[in-house]
Amino acid sequence: MQKMLTIISNVLRGSASRNGAELVSEGARVVVSARTYADFTPQATFDIKKCDLHKLEEGPPLQAVLTREEGLQYYRTMQTMRRMELKADQLYKQKIIRGFCHLYDGQEACAVGIEAGINLSDHLITAYRAHGYTLTRGGTVREIMAELTGRRGGIAKGKGGSMHMYTKHFYGGNGIVGAQVPLGAGVALACKYLGKNELCVCLYGDGAANQGQIFETYNMASLWKLPCIFICENNKYGMGTSVERAAASTDYYKRGDFIPGLRLDGMDVLCVREATKFAAEHCRSGKGPILMELQTYRYHGHSMSDPGVSYRTREEIQEVRSKSDPISMLKDRMLSNNMASVEELKEIDVEVRKEIEDAAQFATTDPEPPLDDLCNHIFYNDHPMEVRGINPWSKLKSVS
Amino acid sequence: MAYLRSILRSGKNGVPAVLRREFHRTLPAAMQVTVRDAIKEAMDEELERDERVFLLGEEVALFEGAYKVTRGLWKKYGDKRIIDTPIAEIGFTGIAVGAAMAGLRPVVEYMSFNFSMQSVDHIINSAAKTYYMSGGLQPVSIVFRGPNGAAPGVAAQHAQCFAAWYGHVPGLKVVSPWSAEDAKGLLKSAIRDDNPVVFLENEIMYSVPFEMSEESQSKDFLIPIGKAKIERKGNHVTLVSHSHVVSRCMDAAAVLAKDGIECEVINLRTIRPMDMEAIETSVMKTKHLITVEGGWPQFGVGGEILARIMEGPGFGYLNAPAVRVTGVDIPMPYAKLLEENTLPQIKDIVFSVKKMLNV
Repeated sequence: MQKMLTIISNVLRGSASRNGAELVSEGARVVVSARTYADFTPQATFDIKKCDLHKLEEGPPLQAVLTREEGLQYYRTMQTMRRMELKADQLYKQKIIRGFCHLYDGQEACAVGIEAGINLSDHLITAYRAHGYTLTRGGTVREIMAELTGRRGGIAKGKGGSMHMYTKHFYGGNGIVGAQVPLGAGVALACKYLGKNELCVCLYGDGAANQGQIFETYNMASLWKLPCIFICENNKYGMGTSVERAAASTDYYKRGDFIPGLRLDGMDVLCVREATKFAAEHCRSGKGPILMELQTYRYHGHSMSDPGVSYRTREEIQEVRSKSDPISMLKDRMLSNNMASVEELKEIDVEVRKEIEDAAQFATTDPEPPLDDLCNHIFYNDHPMEVRGINPWSKLKSVS
Repeated sequence: MAYLRSILRSGKNGVPAVLRREFHRTLPAAMQVTVRDAIKEAMDEELERDERVFLLGEEVALFEGAYKVTRGLWKKYGDKRIIDTPIAEIGFTGIAVGAAMAGLRPVVEYMSFNFSMQSVDHIINSAAKTYYMSGGLQPVSIVFRGPNGAAPGVAAQHAQCFAAWYGHVPGLKVVSPWSAEDAKGLLKSAIRDDNPVVFLENEIMYSVPFEMSEESQSKDFLIPIGKAKIERKGNHVTLVSHSHVVSRCMDAAAVLAKDGIECEVINLRTIRPMDMEAIETSVMKTKHLITVEGGWPQFGVGGEILARIMEGPGFGYLNAPAVRVTGVDIPMPYAKLLEENTLPQIKDIVFSVKKMLNV
């Protein structure tokens, strides 16, 4: 009987991934589902590390509840992000991606945890290490990769590249270090102005944390009680400069001074999620901005032109990979609590790999944007105009 | 309306004195309005028309504007729509651009455009380029306004003209009004425009009154961005100018008219996109071109106009090489005598016209 059910469930899982569940007979499906649910723990509670607090009486809870569905979803998204970035690395080395390419692998728990703590109707802005956020904010792997390769199917029609990707309620992708912070506070101002109970998550790195405009923004966000969650992704290095060499104070969560702050483990997706929920509650209750520092790590160098080993040791990178990898951490939690099976997770890996391959295929075969798109999208909602070309006889057309 | 006008025309005896005075006040088809008030009227009307429009800048609310341009607006619209900022240009410009990205329509005031240099990264990298970089996904509807260029006695750090700097950037519209009508119609267009507009006012012009036509008093009076205006028709030479220097050109034209030289004075109104067609049409008629501006000569507005004339149909019509009259290529000095000799005066324009025409 057991063997029979195993066969049925394998067949069903196989067919389910091909064409949904139509092939399943009602009785068998019920039996298999019952077996699936009986097999796995539907949810579990995990202890998470306490956050360091600044100007806060209490912080996020010390325990997080993770359901099986949530776990599988976080796993899939983080794995997709990881594979996507590694594929980008490959394409860059093949010179199919050009220019700047700042990869996010190692930091997946931040993007996924943050999104789990807010709604899609909230807003988010970050700097140039943005591929992960483009994904969590609704972009598809295809559109992201095709933008990296500069094709017409790219999320910005091939006109932006790695650092300039946008989706609904996601404002990029910003190339100028620190500029995204006042922009994010401005989005928060619009949230408050329009009264829709939305907030803005505004991300920056440990390098950007020393920018003057960030302090101007802290002041105004606090003065005007803007619903803004400032998040510093501290991956310990601003390009090639370690935090100790760049900052007189590396307590980035305290830098907001009059703004309450939290410092937490950015490699633990549950920690990030709980802290984000806590911060979102703070903002939505009208208390004004709040600051979160996520301690995280990037495996790659600053960008593809940086091997990443002249200012840190390979041992350090290896140590983080083996002891604190965010995907491994989640996987271990789920497996050891019987929330998923090794096969199930392997299958997700296979599906993810396929999705990335398809996307890469698209990204390398989709044609580049047509030349007559060159001068379009200068102005929005405007009549067509002429743009001067390279020589005086070259008059190019521009439409909105 | 016509009936009332006819009463007045019939003379003082036609109507009792008291009644007459009342009609006079409510009647005039045209009225005198200063540039400052025209700018304020434009903002007032647009604030009323669209809930998403709001103002921010230093001293715009309680202080009623460093140059009193926003007087009365905070009392009328309150804290939510008229926002006093701390002295943090790059911060509040970024905040304004972010608010525009999220769907609001901010009007950012710089106490003078000299301070916008702190914010230039946001004006160009966050505002001007974004619609293009996003492949048409993210528009930015925002106006950056404030006094630009020379003002009496303010010295080097407070007197720079930014028309050429901002005019250089694709993705920006750059407007430089002269008269009260210009200011009102163009600012309303700028606020209604869904793109980043740099609106260059001038402190010298704020208190200058102009006659505003009846048409311009309507709440939907708009002047299209990108169209120049011929302020004075003439056949002998084309003077192209913008902002406060247009006044100088008009004065110089009056002086030259006494010598039988008729200047055609073109008020550019918009620096980018520039109305080359108006300039070319005029040059084809007058066959002589002088650009007049307060900004520095090198890489200036005049330089651009001359290059385009060279490259376009107008060149074949010129009877003399086109020239530029500009501010002197130095930081603005303080002493009155030195300052006066740094900007184009009436005599400089007259001299240049006569030299070009060989008279």
